[in-house]
Amino acid sequence: MRRANLNSWLLAAPLTGVLVVFLILPILLIVAVSFWSADEFSFRPDFQFGNYAYLFGSAVAWKVFGLTFMMAIIVWALTLLIGFTIAYFLAFHIRTQKWQMALFLLTTIPFWTSNIIRMISWIPLLGKNGLVNQTLISAGIIDEPLQWLLYSGFSVCLAFVHLYTLFMVVPIFNTMMRIDKSLIEAARDSGASGFQILTNVIIPLSKPGIMIGSIFVIALVMSDFVTTRFMSGSQLANVGRLISNDIGLLQYPSAAATAVVLLISVLLTIGAMLRLVDIRKEL
Amino acid sequence: MSKMHYSRRNVLKGGAAAVAASAFPAPMIWAQNIKDVVLRQAGTGVSAFNEVAAKVKEDLGFTLEMTALDSDAVTQRAATQPDSYDIADIEYWICKKVWPTGNLQAMDISKIANYDKIAGTFRDGKLTPESVIAQGTAPHTVGFVEGPGSTTFATQDSGWMTLIPTIYNADTLGIRPDLIGRPIDSWAELLNPEFKGKASILDISSIGIMDMAMVCEAMGEVTYADKGNMTTDEIDKTIGIFTEAKKAGQFRAFWKSFDESVNLMASGEVVIQSMWSPAITAVRAQGVPCVYQPLKEGYRSWGGGIGLSAGLTGLPLDAAYEYINWYLSGWVGGFLMRQGYYSAVPETSKLFMSEDEWGYWYEGKAAAGDIVSPSGTVIEKAGAIRDGGSFLDRMGKVACWNAVMDENQYMVRKWNEFIAA
Repeated sequence: MRRANLNSWLLAAPLTGVLVVFLILPILLIVAVSFWSADEFSFRPDFQFGNYAYLFGSAVAWKVFGLTFMMAIIVWALTLLIGFTIAYFLAFHIRTQKWQMALFLLTTIPFWTSNIIRMISWIPLLGKNGLVNQTLISAGIIDEPLQWLLYSGFSVCLAFVHLYTLFMVVPIFNTMMRIDKSLIEAARDSGASGFQILTNVIIPLSKPGIMIGSIFVIALVMSDFVTTRFMSGSQLANVGRLISNDIGLLQYPSAAATAVVLLISVLLTIGAMLRLVDIRKEL
Repeated sequence: MSKMHYSRRNVLKGGAAAVAASAFPAPMIWAQNIKDVVLRQAGTGVSAFNEVAAKVKEDLGFTLEMTALDSDAVTQRAATQPDSYDIADIEYWICKKVWPTGNLQAMDISKIANYDKIAGTFRDGKLTPESVIAQGTAPHTVGFVEGPGSTTFATQDSGWMTLIPTIYNADTLGIRPDLIGRPIDSWAELLNPEFKGKASILDISSIGIMDMAMVCEAMGEVTYADKGNMTTDEIDKTIGIFTEAKKAGQFRAFWKSFDESVNLMASGEVVIQSMWSPAITAVRAQGVPCVYQPLKEGYRSWGGGIGLSAGLTGLPLDAAYEYINWYLSGWVGGFLMRQGYYSAVPETSKLFMSEDEWGYWYEGKAAAGDIVSPSGTVIEKAGAIRDGGSFLDRMGKVACWNAVMDENQYMVRKWNEFIAA
């Protein structure tokens, strides 16, 4: 082996070591445990497909997986729309870098308080006697408070969008800032309308950012369980809650099987998205 | 030392010296060492109060680190991570689940100074000699084992306890009388369509299933041979009724932790729900009317106690026994009684409560002056009477105990389906 070659292997070794110990091994362990069998308090090494059979045979599990995917798609679409608009505004309509940074920092506000505090603070806003309902009632628009504002699919979705739009804004804003402004001027000089510039220049050049943001949002929404539990008042379940329920009841093998299926479905989704855009080439 | 006029400090000194003398030839060394002892207590939130840890430091000198978890999480930790705690502050139904794992050690009652004063419910199951023992996992049925190392429960007082009892109570539904505006007297009201979108039940399977059973029985929909040990058929019927109600929009939310139940009730999102006593106190402390409604079918009861990790030995074990003796000596009992719980050793707790407090909380008498919560907020004005009345009125009407059933695994799966439905 040539010396330069050996050096690069050595340089890569520490990171590889860390990834193997802290990422690959735990995942392999989860896969292994998913074939174990369990009773109420103990689980033992085994190789059986009972956990998977139960999972795929359960109508509730199918429904929960469906709901998780649906939630991920809705949240993805909304965060993309909002995130792209915000990034576009910051990158192309704000002239000075000082204001760009100041407004960019404003988008991080949802992360200034803890998750729990954010969840609780939705109650006075969206609750039966909350601000929204009181305003609508006193304006004469509705007679009865709207129940679906809180502890519903709507509120879960709202909380996700509120939380995760930032993960769209950051990468999209970043790629937009790198777009050569002269390209836009050239398009304009060639007679392109504002909309044509958006669809033919800016969106194609922002694709890597959009894709990175999308991966963040989809992976986060699909793996969440706390937001769904609090915002739906425990009435809705996603895959994360199935896993956390299993863990809470010491059914580790069953939790591991669900985790493996979730991991595979998230990887497939992201794999499909990467087929659409080659991030490495575009960066 | 006179029996009637002892001070807690004297008792502790006596107890400490006795423990020290038996364990170490030189008590001086022990007295210095104990300051370094740190006991890690994992438990349900019901009795994890910072005031208790502070008082332990002040009275006993060592450090108590408390972790409050929900019931499922504490069960999980007690069963799978015995090295992560020294003291398990758990309920008796959790003990029934955890004891067979061998992660807790049996405790010698001869080391418990106030053993004789522990309420009968925890020793032979009888509140009064005439009491009938309610269905479910009654504390005395899992309170004793044959001896150290034994993993099966003893049928009677064997001298070795699984948990040293500390706390118990009778639970019922909490209501918002101002928003309901009519008398409520039955568990069946939880599923009354009148409260559509305004009801809640707790999402802890072992406790929730018992609330469900009380409701289904009160509605006349299901007749149970034994609510505390249902057949799969009874479980299906019970959860089926609630799944239908859930789909029809009866429930506003489910709650898992104490503070969630307080928020739901105080904000008016929910007007009738499963609730725990201090949650009622917390809602009232916010100035919101809330009643712990006695119901004609009786109460769902629970008891809790302190267990010791099997790995606890030597000096920390002695410190743990000292902690238990201190726990039963009255200060904590008085503190818990003011939260609306009952102390397992009422006699000693009385010494740490005013006559008026004792009258209000324990004897069901009208308060002579303001009743103040442990945090100092006035929760009742003079003349108020506790919901449900005296100790005997409340604990005498227990219909079932929180339970772990033979078909527990089946029930848990069905419960998960109910939550996800």
